Amino acid sequence: MLDRGELPMGLTGQSTWLGALKNEYSMNDTVLDGVVVALAGNPNTGKSTLFNSITGLNQHTGNWPGKTVTLAYGNYYYADNKFLLVDLPGTYSLLSNSVEEEVARDYICFAKPKACIVVADATCLERNLNLVLQVLEITDKVVVCVNLMDEADRKKINIDFEKLSAILGVPVVGTNARDGKGIDELMQSVYKVAANQMQSMPLKIKYDEVIEEAVEHIRPYVQNIVKDELDSRWVALRLIEGEWKTLDTINSFLKSRLYKNDDLKQELKKANEILQAKYHGTDEIRDAIVSSIVRKAEEISKMVVSFENKRYNEMDRKIDDILTSKTFGIPIMLALLGFVFWLTISGANYPSEIIAKVLFRIEDILTDYCFKWGVPEWIHGALVLGVYRTSAWVVSVMLPPMAIFFPLFTLLEDLGYLPRVAFNLDNFFKKACAHGKQALTMCMGFGCNAAGIIGCRIIDSPRERLIAIITNNFVPCNGRFPTLIALSTIFIAGSFGKFQTVIAALTLLGAIIIGVLITLAVSRILSATILKGIPSTFTLELPPYRKPQVGKILIRSLLDRTLFVLARAVIVAAPTGLIIWLMANTTVENLSILKWSGKILEPIGHLLGMDGYILLAFILGFPANEIVIPIIAMSYMATGSLIEIETLSALKELLIDNGWTYLTAVCTMLFSLNHFPCGTTLLTIYKETQSLKWTAISFLVPTITGIIICFTVAQTIRCCQIMMLL
Amino acid sequence: MEKNLILLDNLPVGNCGRVKKLTAKGNIRRRMLDLGLIEETQVEALRKSPSGDPTAYQIRGAVIALRSEEASKILVEMC
Ligand SMILES: Nc1nc2c(ncn2[C@@H]2O[C@H](COP(=O)(O)OP(=O)(O)OP(=O)(O)O)[C@@H](O)[C@H]2O)c(=O)[nH]1
Ligand SMILES: [Mg+2]
Repeated sequence: MLDRGELPMGLTGQSTWLGALKNEYSMNDTVLDGVVVALAGNPNTGKSTLFNSITGLNQHTGNWPGKTVTLAYGNYYYADNKFLLVDLPGTYSLLSNSVEEEVARDYICFAKPKACIVVADATCLERNLNLVLQVLEITDKVVVCVNLMDEADRKKINIDFEKLSAILGVPVVGTNARDGKGIDELMQSVYKVAANQMQSMPLKIKYDEVIEEAVEHIRPYVQNIVKDELDSRWVALRLIEGEWKTLDTINSFLKSRLYKNDDLKQELKKANEILQAKYHGTDEIRDAIVSSIVRKAEEISKMVVSFENKRYNEMDRKIDDILTSKTFGIPIMLALLGFVFWLTISGANYPSEIIAKVLFRIEDILTDYCFKWGVPEWIHGALVLGVYRTSAWVVSVMLPPMAIFFPLFTLLEDLGYLPRVAFNLDNFFKKACAHGKQALTMCMGFGCNAAGIIGCRIIDSPRERLIAIITNNFVPCNGRFPTLIALSTIFIAGSFGKFQTVIAALTLLGAIIIGVLITLAVSRILSATILKGIPSTFTLELPPYRKPQVGKILIRSLLDRTLFVLARAVIVAAPTGLIIWLMANTTVENLSILKWSGKILEPIGHLLGMDGYILLAFILGFPANEIVIPIIAMSYMATGSLIEIETLSALKELLIDNGWTYLTAVCTMLFSLNHFPCGTTLLTIYKETQSLKWTAISFLVPTITGIIICFTVAQTIRCCQIMMLL
Repeated sequence: MEKNLILLDNLPVGNCGRVKKLTAKGNIRRRMLDLGLIEETQVEALRKSPSGDPTAYQIRGAVIALRSEEASKILVEMC
């Protein structure tokens, strides 16, 4: 049996961000077991896809750089050995500074995996070799996996693996992670490397004479300190280029032995004298070091890659000409989103009704049984009318739209469209003094704001990252979408007959545009006040379009969403249903608590264009926004006649009976778009920022925005109405 | 400064340039180097975003979008 690698615990990070990530390092380490194999590589090269192929798990993948921002673990077996595969975030280099890139670097350097798979993109090998060469400087235990071979074949790019392997001195395997091609060979190579069955002679880059001399000068002293814990040459190079951030981490890994060593300090001075013969300042040294690596990568790539068709990316360019064109870029973007909404709304109607019918049929059956068995009234009320009904509601209203929207969205993501959205919108974000990648984190927010907030790690600058975190809530998530869809279908589109779904889709699109505009405005305001600063750097890779696996995505994403919605229904909707029922059935001074609460909140609700129950629903919906509409309906039903809401028109009737107007619907939609983040999201914000202050601000900013907007809209429209009467 | 050097920012779309010098410092410089923007690297300006900025460049086989602030820290020679 192979011995296991060590897991990286006790890494002491200085920065708060790193602190936030520390939890993940030590995450359920009792379960983690097996020979550790790390999966590194440039962003968007298919690491997560490979991870899924090998472990059979379901890490999220997507055609844009920065999809994975945390570590993921999974086991697999090969030749009777248990392996632990670790999916790392993508990184261009091991010497960079964004959080998720640091995670990858720290893992490769300090966790000492038994083998490290470096995944490279076959269609862009030269740039990818850069990282391969850097990893080879740290560890010998490397297997290079040249992925996306199908794309390379399609583009008629040929790669000589044998030659590449001979030059790099480590095994090289070509794969197609999506179809699982080459995986066996890859696992075999990994096994051999981990078991030391393979004599690897990794290529070490030769730098210029001055640098080499300086490195050799201090290397023996470094060797004394690092022993066999780290590669002494690599540490010596970092010392020479004065890469303090990396050095700090190395130092804490070595329990301060690096900085406390006086001999080394002395020799470093001498090394600097050597360097001064040619270089002025560490910037120049760094340039020289990186340039040598880049040149080497270029040289190797020239030797092993051949292009049968020099214009291999012609097709991508043509598509980009259209999708990011000056005149059509933004209209196409809106049209695409609108189309997706339209498909969602028109597709969801029918299944929603069926699910509702079935679930409420079951409710009737449950009720019948309760009677038959003489179950006490209050238990029937609490469980069937409270818990069951709310859950049924959530499932029937939430499930169909989400099960249609997300597969479609995932399709766009897999094609590679999201980075183009960021590209199209970047200038607006720049003007708002925010980061261009905020467009990407917003897109993730569609799925779930908590996920969007974790995704904000792709933004390096802490200031811009906070802006992205605070404003993420302005994109409606999974839980709020159906509320918007239902209300816009009922109230705004209701009278348009044949065009109902089109109008509903447009309304939804309008809501999203409002959300984006508010995001930009609030980002701008934050940048001018509590998060002062200028935009930091922005580089965004626009990956090639890739053919999505339509069938697989649709099924996968559908299952994911179904499970997600069902899980939320059980975890959140069920208890809330119970609470509502209890509130409706506990009376204090002849009024139920529910009525009391509605009554107390009524004045504020009215000011904001809504009513007390709606506001109560938002407050009780704090654990999860899915339950807002169900709570509203439940409260109305509990206070008045008890009808069954199987269709949207029944819901409409109920709402109108309880005094809803066009204005109520608009304000409720606006408030749904702009109010405090749900409990999970706030918790995530706290975990990510490690600060109560920013969590509180993230709570207040959208809430205040919502109050201002709803108040203004409500009062303006009411004024207009009065004027018209006069 | 040599005369036919221009800022990458000013490289017209559809044209190629060869990197001569980076004036960026610190982190930004590091990022640029990581992307392979070292001296003599060939860069092609592919397209501008509909909103005018950023611009997408072809750099060592990858398409990278840079804002004008960053692109103006790279000196290139038209080729
Ligand atoms: N055609 C093809 N597509 C692939 C292959 N491997 C991955 N992809 C696609 O490439 C995209 C990126 O894959 P991911 O696995 O998310 O990439 P990653 O390296 O984990 O990316 P980051 O987490 O952003 O660093 C996805 O859309 C995949 O479906 C492959 O071998 N062939
Ligand atoms: Mg990934």
